[in-house]
Amino acid sequence: MTRRARFSLFLAGASCFAVLLVLAVLGLPGFGTTRHQYRDHAVAAAIGHGTANVVSAVNFDQRGIDTLGEESILLGSVVGAAALLRPARREQDHAPAGGGSVLEATRLAGYVVLAVTLLLGIDLIAHGHLTPGGGFQGGVVLATGLHLLYVAGRYPALARLRPLASFEVGEGLGAAAFAGLGVAGMAVAGSFLANVLPSGSFGDLLSAGSVPLLNVAVGVEVACGTVILLAKFLEQAITITGP
Amino acid sequence: MRYYAFFVAGWLLLIGCLGIVRSRNLVHAVAALSVCQSGTYVLLLAVGFQWKAVAPVFGNTLPTNTPVVDPVVQAMTLTDVVVGATVTALLLAMAVQIAKRQRTVDPDELSALEG
Repeated sequence: MTRRARFSLFLAGASCFAVLLVLAVLGLPGFGTTRHQYRDHAVAAAIGHGTANVVSAVNFDQRGIDTLGEESILLGSVVGAAALLRPARREQDHAPAGGGSVLEATRLAGYVVLAVTLLLGIDLIAHGHLTPGGGFQGGVVLATGLHLLYVAGRYPALARLRPLASFEVGEGLGAAAFAGLGVAGMAVAGSFLANVLPSGSFGDLLSAGSVPLLNVAVGVEVACGTVILLAKFLEQAITITGP
Repeated sequence: MRYYAFFVAGWLLLIGCLGIVRSRNLVHAVAALSVCQSGTYVLLLAVGFQWKAVAPVFGNTLPTNTPVVDPVVQAMTLTDVVVGATVTALLLAMAVQIAKRQRTVDPDELSALEG
């Protein structure tokens, strides 16, 4: 199909879709109204389990099994990307040539911000049930924060601080811990991922039952998975050369 | 104004599709797909929005009867973001392989099936 024909086909399809979309939207109850029935039930359930961050309560308590699926998608995609990005038979994985020059100020800023970012990531995971944040967000912050070492100009330093084998184990352990907490809920309360731990008092660090534990499990998995993913892309760019 | 956010969501979806259709570079096509996905974020958040309501995070300072926006769609948006990121990673990994094997990233030059 030529580019012109493809574009015409798209225009025809897109204009039909746009007309249907406008018709559909005009039948909706409008934007910003006060009627949110799911909200009312979700907020009541979250407060019942002492979870201050209702989004975390939805993700890890009310819809926990969906999050298990989401986590499995992440695991599968990291495995898939790692398989796609492994060096081909004709390619060689060699040590990178000495790094380029980086300003001393950049290097200093990189190390300072590294510490702050790692702390922020741990804080996001640990307080995921109280304040905005959680395992997914904190995990990504931790993993990308580690790569500030690379921005600060040292691929060898990054490679040393990032033993990929242990991150692979960590990713599996995170996913297994999530499933294990689900099985524990089934053993104690008879339903998968049931929130069986005491809820504690609303707004405390130790509250919300199993939500903080699930946050930590997800945080470990996401951090390890993202590190592996970025490592594979960096290898492609830096240490792997074609035939 | 009543439906503004919904139309923004539809527009983002369509403009992203246009980007994919007219793409001359696989990385550009992946970025255009991300634009499509951001349309779904806007749609979900618009469905849960309420004027003068706050974020659904209660603390010791925010009484629990304060009106908040819908947390269910926010949790779905989080799922959406995570799945979107994993799809992007997989597609970019494929683009890397295609660039190596075919020596091109223009989708129009990839015509033969291999396997």
